[in-house]
Amino acid sequence: MNKLLLGRYLPGDSWIHRLDPRTKLMASFYYIGIIFLANNWQTYLVMFLATMVMIWASKIKMGFFLRGVRPLLWLILFTVALQVLFARGGTVYWHWGWLWITQQGLINGAYIFMRFVLIIFVSTLLTLTTQPLSLADAVESLLKPLRLIKVPVTELALVLQIALRFVPTLMDQTSKIMNAQRARGVDFGTGNIFQQMKAVVPLLIPLFVSSFSTADDLATAMESRGYQGGDGRTKYRVLHYHNADWLAGGAMVVLTVLLVILRR
Amino acid sequence: MDITFDHVDFTYQAGTPFAGDGIKDVTATIHDGSYTAIIGHTGSGKSTILQHLNALLKPTKGTVTIGDFKITNETSNKNLKPLRQKVGMVFQFAENQLFEQTVAKDIAFGPKNFGVSEEDAAKLAEQMVKLVGLPDDVLEKSPFDLSGGQMRRVAIAGVLAMQPEVLVLDEPTAGLDPAGRQEMMRMFDQLHKEQGLTIVLVTHQMDDVADYADHVLVMEAGHLVKSGSPREIFSDEDWLNEKQLGVPTTTRMANRLKRRGFVFDPMPLTEAELADQLVPQLGGASRE
Repeated sequence: MNKLLLGRYLPGDSWIHRLDPRTKLMASFYYIGIIFLANNWQTYLVMFLATMVMIWASKIKMGFFLRGVRPLLWLILFTVALQVLFARGGTVYWHWGWLWITQQGLINGAYIFMRFVLIIFVSTLLTLTTQPLSLADAVESLLKPLRLIKVPVTELALVLQIALRFVPTLMDQTSKIMNAQRARGVDFGTGNIFQQMKAVVPLLIPLFVSSFSTADDLATAMESRGYQGGDGRTKYRVLHYHNADWLAGGAMVVLTVLLVILRR
Repeated sequence: MDITFDHVDFTYQAGTPFAGDGIKDVTATIHDGSYTAIIGHTGSGKSTILQHLNALLKPTKGTVTIGDFKITNETSNKNLKPLRQKVGMVFQFAENQLFEQTVAKDIAFGPKNFGVSEEDAAKLAEQMVKLVGLPDDVLEKSPFDLSGGQMRRVAIAGVLAMQPEVLVLDEPTAGLDPAGRQEMMRMFDQLHKEQGLTIVLVTHQMDDVADYADHVLVMEAGHLVKSGSPREIFSDEDWLNEKQLGVPTTTRMANRLKRRGFVFDPMPLTEAELADQLVPQLGGASRE
């Protein structure tokens, strides 16, 4: 569980760390979007270099990003293999029944691989450099326009913030209960699928029960501190765009222009 | 069943950038039939040590010997079940581990996992409920309808029902009222004295350490900094204060009196000892 890098924040002080979370969130989504514009080696090279510049600017070791790729490695290899074996076109190198290895297939495979890796790098960069709570703030701020169509944005943001706050607490609680039940002779992760499912009951029920009581306590504590709903509240953490944010936005525009020029 | 730590290191998430402190180079022995207290301030590695006692954690370096079991880094998770039965663990806020529909079923859950038959487990549940001082009629109640203190008792009964040889207690009385605390500590002491249960207790209550333990391990920042009898440990009040631990109330009182000319030898740890030494010095008759 602790090996999971996803959603981990790495405290640091770099140009990327200091960017407004809204910028980082939007830029990440935008970047993932424009990856799909790339369709030849020049464009992929541009995207690759841009990603490397971002990683360099974050002052985080490359190892972290490679570790982020690891859990998805099988999915990536599977997809690449499908591309390589089933796509046709160009010179045929090898063929057996309905399996073909062709020039086009290899090129497609390489592109898909690049796409996966870049997407993972950029999303890892986002979570490694942004605190979960600032991300929640960013989501709230970016969703604000949806209030016009009666979406309860502040409530959604509150739920998101509370959820994020309690993820580590719940993980802690989970491992504690797991240990307690293990000490009582429960084997987690052994036996056939039915035995394994049965072994989860002594973990899930206490977890749900303690979540209910935590929710109860939290709601009481919030009410006693004067929470009366999302409307009319002021904000403690106020987000501001700075020069660096405009610069980052500008970089995205430049990147898009480059891609459009270079793509076939 | 002796438990021996031989130069044990443990690092959380070893080999990752998030590697965290555990324990370092701990060598200690918990003797069969002893009542060992582990003290140290929060984050000193007490709970980490506890989880080594039944191989929930395995040492990154060194060996833990528990009876016939040798636990090293390479020990696989298989075949540890007999060990888990011999070492019963009561975790902090043990009431969080309850899950069955009835108290009886929850208490019987542990024994059943170790192969005790349904009827025997049910009988054990009845015995254990009495042992922890709950009325018989809780057996058919849902554990979630009980009060916090009663839930804690049920959880402890569930561990005792496994009939362990070693009982490991991680702050068993945290959050209980004074009467409940005393009752529970007395129950553990009774088990220790009458059934020869080895007890390992982690606590911040120095009074409990003085009253019950016969061996104390002091932890600081992952290191075992001192071990010995309570009298040895509590003889140096300044050293303990420096480690943010303090001494039992009685010893603190005695130290104050000492500064005003009273003489104590040995340093009293419990109220009875203090009274016994004070009475003659105040000119009263001894108890005999």
